[in-house]
Amino acid sequence: MDILVCQSAFAQALLDPAAPLPANVGSARGESDPARFAVYRNNVYVGLTSALARRFPVTARLVGEEFFTGMARVYAASAKPRSPLMFEYGDTFPEFVSGFGPARALPYLADVSRLEVAWSRAYHAADAKPLSVGDFSAIDPAMLARVKLILHPSASLVDSSYPAGSIWQAHQSTEVSAVRAAGSELVLIVRPQMQVNVCILPPGPDRVFARAVANGETLGEAAIQSMADSPSFDFGGALVGLLSLGAIAAIEISTEEAS
Amino acid sequence: MNRNSAALALAGSLAAALTTAAFATPMTAEQMKGNEKCYGIALAGQNDCAAGPGTTCAGTSTMDYQGNAWKAVPAGTCTSMDVNGHMGSLEPMKG
Amino acid sequence: MLERNALTLPARAGLGLKPEHYGAILDGKPDVGFFEVHAENYMGAGGPPHRYLEAITERYPLSLHGVGLSIGAARPLDPDHLSRLRALVDRYNPQSFSEHLAWSTHDCGFLNDLLPLPYTPETLARVSSHVDQTQQALGRRMLLENPSTYILFEESTIDEIDFLEAVAERTGCGLLLDVNNVMVSAVNHRLDPFVYIDRFPMNRVGEIHLGGYDEAVDSAGDRLLIDAHGSEVKSDVFELYEYTLARGGPLPTLVEWDNDVPDFATLFAEAHRVDTALHAEAERRNSRAA
Repeated sequence: MDILVCQSAFAQALLDPAAPLPANVGSARGESDPARFAVYRNNVYVGLTSALARRFPVTARLVGEEFFTGMARVYAASAKPRSPLMFEYGDTFPEFVSGFGPARALPYLADVSRLEVAWSRAYHAADAKPLSVGDFSAIDPAMLARVKLILHPSASLVDSSYPAGSIWQAHQSTEVSAVRAAGSELVLIVRPQMQVNVCILPPGPDRVFARAVANGETLGEAAIQSMADSPSFDFGGALVGLLSLGAIAAIEISTEEAS
Repeated sequence: MNRNSAALALAGSLAAALTTAAFATPMTAEQMKGNEKCYGIALAGQNDCAAGPGTTCAGTSTMDYQGNAWKAVPAGTCTSMDVNGHMGSLEPMKG
Repeated sequence: MLERNALTLPARAGLGLKPEHYGAILDGKPDVGFFEVHAENYMGAGGPPHRYLEAITERYPLSLHGVGLSIGAARPLDPDHLSRLRALVDRYNPQSFSEHLAWSTHDCGFLNDLLPLPYTPETLARVSSHVDQTQQALGRRMLLENPSTYILFEESTIDEIDFLEAVAERTGCGLLLDVNNVMVSAVNHRLDPFVYIDRFPMNRVGEIHLGGYDEAVDSAGDRLLIDAHGSEVKSDVFELYEYTLARGGPLPTLVEWDNDVPDFATLFAEAHRVDTALHAEAERRNSRAA
């Protein structure tokens, strides 16, 4: 049999437990044995579901091991790793969770898994020295409105209609304590040095500001949007806040005229 | 507000924040811990124990590859977690 | 012809490096011959994995062990993956690079297991060309590891050892002899593991692997060993290892423990057991020579 045909048949039988064994597979007894082929089927599925359990420990605790393994198996049946970099496996898991019927009663589950995706991305992201508040004070004040902030390579925002950050935090100890939060949260995940930090940003205009900065708006535009949300917006406080969290790696000056 | 006055307002606000900023460099992990002046609420999390999934060159004897019949119900902390007096199911909020 | 890398691993016990042990290793500075990592776990851009690996390679020799190149695949090697490997090799300059006689990547994606291939003239040509391409891309010699298998292919016409030796002959690569894999495959296919060791070209072996297997049965109730790496090295495998040393002499030997990873002290005890066997073999040879 041609080697490509052989491997296609093997892969097909591997991924479909109901499929017959490949015709060319045998054993020392001569005949093929489903229990022997099952070791490979099993290695693939258990390997993928345990990889997901390691990347999504809070999501797994929220629903319990049996439910999580079942959910992960359904995901693994349709989504195989795109590369041998297993720490990237599950990037699309949150989307899957948000549409997964049996988890419908837990609408915050997908957001918690998004936070966990952001956490492991931050862990493996490129290292960079964050821009300090001191670096920033050297900028010509007249240029300030045209400055665009470049997020640190590890930084990302998770926007949740639920207290996803507080729920995640409650699962960082062996006992899950009561979550003293309600409503939506905007969570910044960033690794300025070697530790991944998770931070719930202040509510109101500060969230508008952080989202605008992350979207690549100029500081002028971000400030206008934030003040439209609330006239009490404290531009300096919000900017120094993001800088002090190590969320910003660099700046660039927009050449576009502010409108 | 025209462009010049807007730029001045931003510069003034930044200058004010800089004079009150307690730190001129990003905080270290140690400084972050329990720092009440942190922008927002810093959450202490897992660290190196959470390196996430790695590769394997080993097999497993755990037999678990057939899972067609769905019968599991969420049975983890979601059933006991008390979120501001609500158990598990939460209503979405605008923010 | 590729120039042989002057650096080699010491003929001592090495351990698989696990993130849960980074701290214990850097703080305790244990006397371990070398550490081995799976290349794919260090292909992220930055962060703690690289920081720790840099610190550990300042102190210990490194074996870089790939699990995802899919050398036995029908499809061409992934050039992106080869570039990533090249970057890692350049960055850490490991004392050894090894991969498996297996495949894992197909059109559907990465299958996250080391899958078997039939041994035929066609697969021999394919594997040899992939090994050749890898050595060219990395600018160094690699080691190819014998697999553990659970099934046999009806179309196989070449014996596994002959196959490995032919790849080594054609490409100049070395071999990684996994003694636990020898036991697993021998039991699963009703072969004598000692005969396998007797026939193995020990002069081409650059590293030995040891690990713990799990025990199951197949549909007919026959013993079915699974290469689980989730326990200590079983006594029959250790006996086979000592037999291997008696034939091939002291060689760099890795203890693999990838599932249910124990605390570092338990792993270190396994390394000590291996070092003792290596030392005993070296002593035997010295006294014979004297």
